[in-house]
Amino acid sequence: MKSGSNLEKVLAAGHFAVTAELGPPAGSDVEFVHAKAELLRGAVDAVNVTDNQTAVVRMSSTAACAILVQMGIEPVMQMVCRDRNRIAMQSDIFGAAALGIRNLTCLTGDHQAFGNQSGAKKVYDVDSVQLVAIVKRIRDERRILGSDEEIAGTVPMFIGVAANPFAKPYEFRALRLAKKVEAGADYVQTQCVYDVAMFAEWMKAVRDLGVHTRCRILAGVTPLKSAGMARYMAENVPGIIIPEAILKRMNDAPKGKGAETGLAICAEIIEQLRGIDGVAGIHIMAIEWEQKVREIVQTARLLPRPQLS
Amino acid sequence: MVKATRKPLEQIFEMVKGYKRVLVVGCGGCTSVCLAGGQREAIALADELSTCARTAQVPQQHDYATVERQCNPEFLEEIEGRVANADCLLSMACGAGAGLMADAFPGIPTFPALDTMFVGVDRDVGLYEERCRSCGTCMLGDTGGICPVTRCSKGVLNGPCGGTREDGSCELADGIHCAWHDIHDRLKGQGRLSQLLIVRPPMEWVDRGPRVLVQKGYEGRYPAPSKEKGRR
Repeated sequence: MKSGSNLEKVLAAGHFAVTAELGPPAGSDVEFVHAKAELLRGAVDAVNVTDNQTAVVRMSSTAACAILVQMGIEPVMQMVCRDRNRIAMQSDIFGAAALGIRNLTCLTGDHQAFGNQSGAKKVYDVDSVQLVAIVKRIRDERRILGSDEEIAGTVPMFIGVAANPFAKPYEFRALRLAKKVEAGADYVQTQCVYDVAMFAEWMKAVRDLGVHTRCRILAGVTPLKSAGMARYMAENVPGIIIPEAILKRMNDAPKGKGAETGLAICAEIIEQLRGIDGVAGIHIMAIEWEQKVREIVQTARLLPRPQLS
Repeated sequence: MVKATRKPLEQIFEMVKGYKRVLVVGCGGCTSVCLAGGQREAIALADELSTCARTAQVPQQHDYATVERQCNPEFLEEIEGRVANADCLLSMACGAGAGLMADAFPGIPTFPALDTMFVGVDRDVGLYEERCRSCGTCMLGDTGGICPVTRCSKGVLNGPCGGTREDGSCELADGIHCAWHDIHDRLKGQGRLSQLLIVRPPMEWVDRGPRVLVQKGYEGRYPAPSKEKGRR
């Protein structure tokens, strides 16, 4: 075991893993974190805590993860490269390990122009691939970047990354994941899948590279709440592709049945994803809709979650 | 070359309105080439400021001079006589030139009339595009001549990130090309895609005060730059 995290154990035991995303509050409200986390307790193997997603200032991922640890719910800490240089990042990695955090997903991060601090100075001192290599070095060699001095203590971290099969240049996307795995990624959580055929094609390229044997692949899903949300995501969110058939189904849903239709589509997509060779789990990003995660997992017949010691 | 653009007239007037004799100093270097701060622009600015002063009923004299380059002290010496008759200087050079002029004439204030934008290229007359961040570690040879430090909105060295749009533009805006998308396509065209499989390590940023460059062949003339900490 590299980290001994529940997520790592579930995957190692060959179970189909389930993770979900939790967005921290735009403030210090602990009850908000408690309430959202309780919605996910027992429904998933680990909970991803986003790091100031879309560059909107929120409670720090580390703090929210620590609250989850206190609650006995396993967090996956997300860390973006946008806001911290290598000094702050390595320091926060030490801190995360000290707080009992055992999974770390390394991300580039949305550009600051998207958020509520658009005049911020960007950092991107290291990129996501380099961050993976840094975490791996700290974990496996107990050395920080560019130093031969041994660190105090251990940093047992299960190292994750993101991948987006739906962003150009398509032919390079599997190779880019291979690069991340080469750098040290243990698992990947993908961009949300709506176009299963396109995802399957990417998975074939991933398998041809043998990447699925070295890195656990969790396919991302995001349930659509309404036709409006579907259209908005299709038109405005870079790197998301929603096929016309799904847009039409959302559009044709009777009034008041949009959410129900979205959840049904989500269930179908999960079912299809489970049939793809090399997919080791799903990652549910229910944006401000955490209350639906248990239902989604239940519908997918993935409850109860395995209890491993 | 360095590209710059003039500040709004009101802002410039606000800086100099407390001074009786204003000397507008144009630069014959980069800012002249990008039509922001050469002789022609210096004359125009002096003229516009005169109108401003008249309208605001501020008694103020305006004069202009243009030096070959404000980033060289020898050229600045040529205007010493003119400076002696001024209460403040208005530089139309880039930030480097304006700063050197302020050093050369520390007794009176130098104000910048321009905003320095970037090191870039001419896409057309009056249309410029940033191409270099002067990082000191040129990697264009590995990236098909497309600079990820400058042209990637996130300066990612192992791109592309997940935000590339369907038309090959950056997640930020349609008008911005994804640098890594373009790098991919160019290297592919040259049969050098394998370049992209190399994991590029973190950059050794040199970010510790002004950098000093001693060109090869001139080492004997100048004291060696400090090498105590870091790379250079």
